[in-house]
Amino acid sequence: MKNLKQQKQAAVFWILRIMTWLVVGILFWILGFLLVKGMGVLSWEFITTAPKNEMTSGGIFPAIVGTLCLVTGSMLVAFPIGVMSGIYLNEYARNGWTVRFIRIMTNNLSSIPSIVFGLFGMALFVNTLGFGDSILAGSLTLGLLVLPIVIRTTEESLKAIPDTFRNGSRALGASQLQTIYKVVLPIAFPNIMTGLILSIGRVSGETAPILFTVAAYFLPKLPTSIFDQVMALPYHLYVLATSGTDLEAARPMAYGTALVLILIVLLMNIIAGIIRSLTSKDYVK
Amino acid sequence: MRRFIEKSVEKVLMASGAITSLTILLIVVFLFRQGAGLFRNSVVEENYSLAVNKTNPVEKLTPEEIKNIFDREIVNWAQVGGLNEDISVFRLNDITSYVSEEALGEEMQFLSHHLSEIVDTHPHIIAFIPNEYIRKDFKGKVLDVGKITPSDFFAGKEWFPTAQPAPLFGLLPLLLGTLWVSFAAILFALPFGLAVAIYLAELASTRTRAVLKPVIELLAGIPSVIYGFFGLVVVVPLIQKTFDLPVGETALAGSVILAVMAMPTIITIAEDAIRTVPRATKEASLALGASQMQTIFKVILPYCVSGIMAAVVLGIGRAVGETMAVLMVTGNSAIIPTTLLEPVRTIPATIAAELGEAPTGGAHYEALFMLGVILFLITLFISILIEIISAKQIKQQQ
Repeated sequence: MKNLKQQKQAAVFWILRIMTWLVVGILFWILGFLLVKGMGVLSWEFITTAPKNEMTSGGIFPAIVGTLCLVTGSMLVAFPIGVMSGIYLNEYARNGWTVRFIRIMTNNLSSIPSIVFGLFGMALFVNTLGFGDSILAGSLTLGLLVLPIVIRTTEESLKAIPDTFRNGSRALGASQLQTIYKVVLPIAFPNIMTGLILSIGRVSGETAPILFTVAAYFLPKLPTSIFDQVMALPYHLYVLATSGTDLEAARPMAYGTALVLILIVLLMNIIAGIIRSLTSKDYVK
Repeated sequence: MRRFIEKSVEKVLMASGAITSLTILLIVVFLFRQGAGLFRNSVVEENYSLAVNKTNPVEKLTPEEIKNIFDREIVNWAQVGGLNEDISVFRLNDITSYVSEEALGEEMQFLSHHLSEIVDTHPHIIAFIPNEYIRKDFKGKVLDVGKITPSDFFAGKEWFPTAQPAPLFGLLPLLLGTLWVSFAAILFALPFGLAVAIYLAELASTRTRAVLKPVIELLAGIPSVIYGFFGLVVVVPLIQKTFDLPVGETALAGSVILAVMAMPTIITIAEDAIRTVPRATKEASLALGASQMQTIFKVILPYCVSGIMAAVVLGIGRAVGETMAVLMVTGNSAIIPTTLLEPVRTIPATIAAELGEAPTGGAHYEALFMLGVILFLITLFISILIEIISAKQIKQQQ
């Protein structure tokens, strides 16, 4: 009787285990699939030339440059603001309704769908402020989108630092600003960087917010100012996959683009993960 | 001096803390302002009117009726409350079959006169003509079509934004499509999500967990356009073959992809919830002779049911707002869904697909912003729901 009960339990646990490995397997399926199909397309030429023959051959250089521009632009927006508001929330703000309000708003901002950011960016930056479809409008939109990520990681990495560090610094006569600048921030720096890296991963993969704020269907010319349109990797993949003139002929290009994109994004996530696991034990000592 | 610097730095930091709130405020203002413009638009296309013969008893037509009349699906006036007579439809470019080109004059100067005559002499006609040709002595009756009303939008069963003369902006097919795909996705994702969460929290060794957890987090990092592409080249053909369908782009394909995308959210939240179960509760159950399995299913899961609820709600929130993946695999036909094997169209996919073509400031453009408002309200509702659930959870634990 007891044996039967144990067998049943073992069976159920095996089912849970198999379901877990199935879920994990999805990641490797997607990754493996794109590797097998895209590896043959990847070459130096693919990365350094513009698309040719109605995007059925050539490379993705303009899209890579465009994504780089957007990543740089949006980080210039999100990183300083995010770090500053993270510092404010953890170091200055007393636990009153202001902090609660800001925190709820930050949470809400991160739950707003990316297409709504696209609409908003189009209405405010492209139309009302008159930036047009431009790197500037796209970067501002994407910057606001990842702001909650930067705020949250900054706040968490500051929270992880024990108050003994701050008290020690203040006891030596340092002001609050000096303490933050010379003691707290240097310790928190690596963890704050994970916020930056995660945001870069997110920004390079977002499509919906750039559809109507910056992305160009086909533009082999590289941008010369922040008021230019650019191509971007995720939008380029969308175009190749759904709306090219010859979808079948464009498939290899699409596989290659998808592989480059997923490698960039996963690399960013892995780097952030490594930094986090390296630094998470430091304060305990 | 130093105090001054300290104070101003604090003010600058506080200002940047306010930016998220400001952004939300701006999003609300811009979305609502543009979206509300929809209800200032006339039912028929801007600067056009519908005219009928003076003897026609019909005074008012709904947008659906107008569309069906011009699509020749309604062919008799009796169907819209008039006399039992066939409807003859007139658009401006039909003019040459009524009068010769010479009669219109070289610069079309007699056009409005002839339009007036045509409407006057054909008792069963309905004419769709530009306002500029309707002069004071127009002999027909211009129908009062009114403006697009909120009920046309919220209760409208058809989304036909480019229909002429009366575009239809019915929310229902899109809203139901979105909910249909999202709920199906959660149904797929929940058993797997729960299984993984239980396994990670209760069964896996620390080392297995240290390997699996980052992998599942990576799953959350994959861009939606990659999921969409993968769905398009792998899942869609698979579904088409398995169910022997003419096209594989269906609600089912969308739900499967969304299930995978919502899974990391569900797993993380559910696992956190399972971990909050006090050790004493678990040990009490084991001490009473319950097996580990009985403890998991009869003690742990009931204990953290509100945490699992939160996971489900957040998963739905993620699925409802997802754009690119859904746009690429669901086939995008705006019909009210009845099975999972039909194409559907969701709210975010509609915005993404149509905003590029909608002229800025027109009714279609404003309708898409209205869809954005709906999407925003849904996510706001979900955020509030989560707040309520987690507040309940904290109360319960105290």
